[in-house]
Amino acid sequence: MKVVIIKYNAGNVYSVHAALQRLGIGAELSDDPEVIHSADKIIFPGVGEASTARAYLDGKNLSRLIVSLKQPVLGICLGLQLFCKQSEENDTTGLGIFDVEVKKFPATEKVPHMGWNTLEALNGPLFKNIEDGSHVYFVHSFYAEISRDTIARTNYSVPFSAALQRDNFFALQFHPEKSAKVGSKILKNFIDL
Amino acid sequence: MKNMLTKRIIPCLDIKDGRTVKGVNFVDIREAGDPVELGQAYADQGADELVFLDITATIENRSTFAALVKKIARYVNIPFTVGGGIRSVDDVSVLLDAGADKISVNSAAVKNPELINSLADNFGSQFVVLAIDTHFDGKKSQVYVHGGRTPVENLWTKEWAKEGVSRGAGEILLTSMNHDGTKQGFAMDITRCLSESLPVPVIASGGAGNADHFVEVFAEGKADAALAASIFHFGEVKIPDLKKELREKGINIRIE
Repeated sequence: MKVVIIKYNAGNVYSVHAALQRLGIGAELSDDPEVIHSADKIIFPGVGEASTARAYLDGKNLSRLIVSLKQPVLGICLGLQLFCKQSEENDTTGLGIFDVEVKKFPATEKVPHMGWNTLEALNGPLFKNIEDGSHVYFVHSFYAEISRDTIARTNYSVPFSAALQRDNFFALQFHPEKSAKVGSKILKNFIDL
Repeated sequence: MKNMLTKRIIPCLDIKDGRTVKGVNFVDIREAGDPVELGQAYADQGADELVFLDITATIENRSTFAALVKKIARYVNIPFTVGGGIRSVDDVSVLLDAGADKISVNSAAVKNPELINSLADNFGSQFVVLAIDTHFDGKKSQVYVHGGRTPVENLWTKEWAKEGVSRGAGEILLTSMNHDGTKQGFAMDITRCLSESLPVPVIASGGAGNADHFVEVFAEGKADAALAASIFHFGEVKIPDLKKELREKGINIRIE
């Protein structure tokens, strides 16, 4: 099993790598299209700002490659947002894997949405043996709307997509690498796909 | 829409030369001074987040601390904040690369408020915690620096917190010098005042002695999170019991 984490200047790359290590899974960090293409599983983590991340992917010729992948791909946090169609964060065009808009949270609650919140209406293999109502750790100011690709939802001011899936593309708004046992189970489920 | 975000319980560990400073006996662990093992134990008990403060924070010790942060990120499966002696964007870059989820600044930000802007611009607001040591003299709440020893002339807690947030701080860690170490409960008024007036989360710190104090600071103090050190380290308050009690009292809490 070859797991590749797309190398990217984001703080949680090391944390995702460490979370896999805790599961006894080795992963390679790479931004080389060939290495990514040959992987069995690909993870695209991200924290930071959307337009910068998009420009980085374009600069490394990774945008088209990611969309063309046939093996399971997991986007985390900003990774989920970049898999969507369009983000309000600096009016960034996403990769369009999910036909979903990414919007800024209204100021009715504190922003960013930071801390542990619940997952509801869980669906699909990523959430095998995970119960509705499980808590996971979020840090984000923008959210993906609910869509037909939504496989988990969370409420914060508004209901939003905590996870999305379309074909081989999976994405999590929360940080499984920081979500204690529930998070590692979800990562394990992805690796076991 | 009901806000289901839980209130957070945060144990704080003081680190000196890569080891925890205060004795710890809340759980049977092999090496009481090992911050990584302690962090793991707290995570397993249900802590929502951890804070590691480098209390030596001399230049020589910075690389020791960064190596420790990397080890924490390797073994601990919940978010953690690191602080102590952070003075520059370069200091923080090292900690970000080592896997820290957030950093906290205190005295250096008072001395040079622009530091908050540079940190937020470089790493995002969600990465920057502004730690404020506050003291109430009966009339006003004043900001103190250098581990709460030195008052800052004409710097008032509410104004400073507001300025910090406008400069880009994503969270406030508020320690009341009047309450710290007393075990008589958290500071209610200033915590509620900041939490209700600021658009970012507020972590209450200083004064925790029992579970009721946590109930109070969440229900009345409106804190988003509560931090404590010795009562957790010495097992006076056990996190699983605390969380159970908080939930029974109607506080929204994560129980795994």
